[in-house]
Amino acid sequence: MQPYVFKPKSRIRDFIIEKFIAVNAFTALIVILLIFIFIFKESIPIFTSPDVQSEASLDKMIFKQQYYEGRDPKWSWQPNSDVPKYSLLPLFLGTLKAAIVAMLFSVPLAVGAAIYTSEFAPRRLREIIKPVIELLAGIPSVVLGFFALIVLASILQTAFGFTYRLNSINAGIALGLAVIPIIFTISEDAMTSVPQSLREAAMALGANPWQISFTMVLPAALPGIAAGIVLGFGRAIGETMIVLMASGNAAIISGGFTESIRTLSATIAAELAEVVFGSAHYNVLFFLGTLLFVFTFFVNLGGELVLSRLKDRLQGRQK
Amino acid sequence: MKKALVAILFMASAGIATAANITVKGSDTLVRLGQRWAEAYMKAHPDAVIQVSGGGTGTGIAALINGTTDICEASRDMKAKEYADAKAKGVNPYRVAVALDGIAIFSNEANPLKELTLEQLKGIYTGLITDWKEIGGEPHSIILYGRENNSGTYAYFKEHVLAEEDYAENTQTLPGTAAVVNAVAKDKYSIGYGGIAWGTGVKYIAVKKDAQSPAVLPSMETITGGTYPISRELYWFFNGEPTGQLRALMNWVLAPEGQKVAESVDYIPLPKDVAEKNILK
Repeated sequence: MQPYVFKPKSRIRDFIIEKFIAVNAFTALIVILLIFIFIFKESIPIFTSPDVQSEASLDKMIFKQQYYEGRDPKWSWQPNSDVPKYSLLPLFLGTLKAAIVAMLFSVPLAVGAAIYTSEFAPRRLREIIKPVIELLAGIPSVVLGFFALIVLASILQTAFGFTYRLNSINAGIALGLAVIPIIFTISEDAMTSVPQSLREAAMALGANPWQISFTMVLPAALPGIAAGIVLGFGRAIGETMIVLMASGNAAIISGGFTESIRTLSATIAAELAEVVFGSAHYNVLFFLGTLLFVFTFFVNLGGELVLSRLKDRLQGRQK
Repeated sequence: MKKALVAILFMASAGIATAANITVKGSDTLVRLGQRWAEAYMKAHPDAVIQVSGGGTGTGIAALINGTTDICEASRDMKAKEYADAKAKGVNPYRVAVALDGIAIFSNEANPLKELTLEQLKGIYTGLITDWKEIGGEPHSIILYGRENNSGTYAYFKEHVLAEEDYAENTQTLPGTAAVVNAVAKDKYSIGYGGIAWGTGVKYIAVKKDAQSPAVLPSMETITGGTYPISRELYWFFNGEPTGQLRALMNWVLAPEGQKVAESVDYIPLPKDVAEKNILK
């Protein structure tokens, strides 16, 4: 039999189409790189220009500063002032607090819902619950923020007697609502892709449905659930609109959760519109953007890597 | 063929829309008044197209300096540094007062306190006074609400009441006086500040210049008369002396017609002689 020979004309056409599709795929990669480069470029003066460094250097942003004679050194974020203050610690702390509250609220709910829908729910119920929870993902974040500002804050204040109406718990719960669909979807997928053979083996050994779920399936799906939590955490760190409206935006450093917080993302959103291009404040805000970008990028990368390795392992491609 | 036609029409309309636009950006305190003026002016002059948006005085000034707006609405004067930045970029700010405003101090309707001195206000907002009992109220910490740092109201309050001292760290910042009023209305132990035109559902606190002066509530009479201690001019900034359409708009705003519009939305019109002086013939 004759081997199939490509005609020269079609060979060139195939080559072009293939390369065109490859370029499209790489475009996404290039865009991410370019965004990072642009954002970082605008923050370089913090490291190179002595003018900017007299106002906001890495040193000034990390350590306590004594801004006025005769007063204690402290961390403070007040860029519009006679003596501009650029400490990053209150902002980092605020971002972290909001994310922690969001995780504490959303993980039990989302993972619990995933376990129920993948293991225990009858098929009809499952087909209703899954899309409804994923509908939560469709709510615009500004609507969630508005809801937290007007309704949730009052409910929480009357229920728990908070001193501050807009605090990190308020913002954290609204953030949690935004993050639940992410964790739920990924955890539920992880649990349903555990091979049926594992469940059958457990059944053969005499386990009841409860034992199968918690001693066989859950441990097998745990890396996927962990990846889902990590991706949800990345989303909670970067979310802007909800914290901008519901957290009070006060750059306080404190250990408790019942006080207002100011997050990195809300700071950028609130202040970037007004800065004069090229000022030290402008550079610092882009630096904040770089930090946020890098952090969420690596968090998401880690999550995705774990997920793909889990898929390989469950599908038998890897030990 | 149809798609190409739609595309061409779309691009043409975009072109028409940008033809004779006047953009007005800046103060959230002034934005409502700016919109009313724009509506009234466009009704009287159908060929004019005016777009008004807020974002805070700082945003407006930055836009004027960066060349992305024709008129900057501002609830404070530009700082020396901003004037310098403008000159460096070849922008020549021309300032004209268009209305008066008072910064009202809001408190919750359940709050029994009726008056404060400027000194006490400063103490409250710099964090020296932290509890209502220190000024004669119930023992409870004072919840502070304020504006974001791009707000002209923020900057004006800082300059004239706080004497350029920093706000207390636990001042919660909200975008716009309406949000401040909303927050104070919901929070029993709170205090807030903002433009007088926005106060519904909250009480005004009468302000005393010092312990001996009479306490004055913000109103049309006290602000125009100058007896309310925290009153200010609201400005429009142009790039250089305005000409053509911009000049016509400015003159209309300063004329009795424009000032009457200001009054109808609870802003304080300029005293007649000041308004007349500002009109460019």
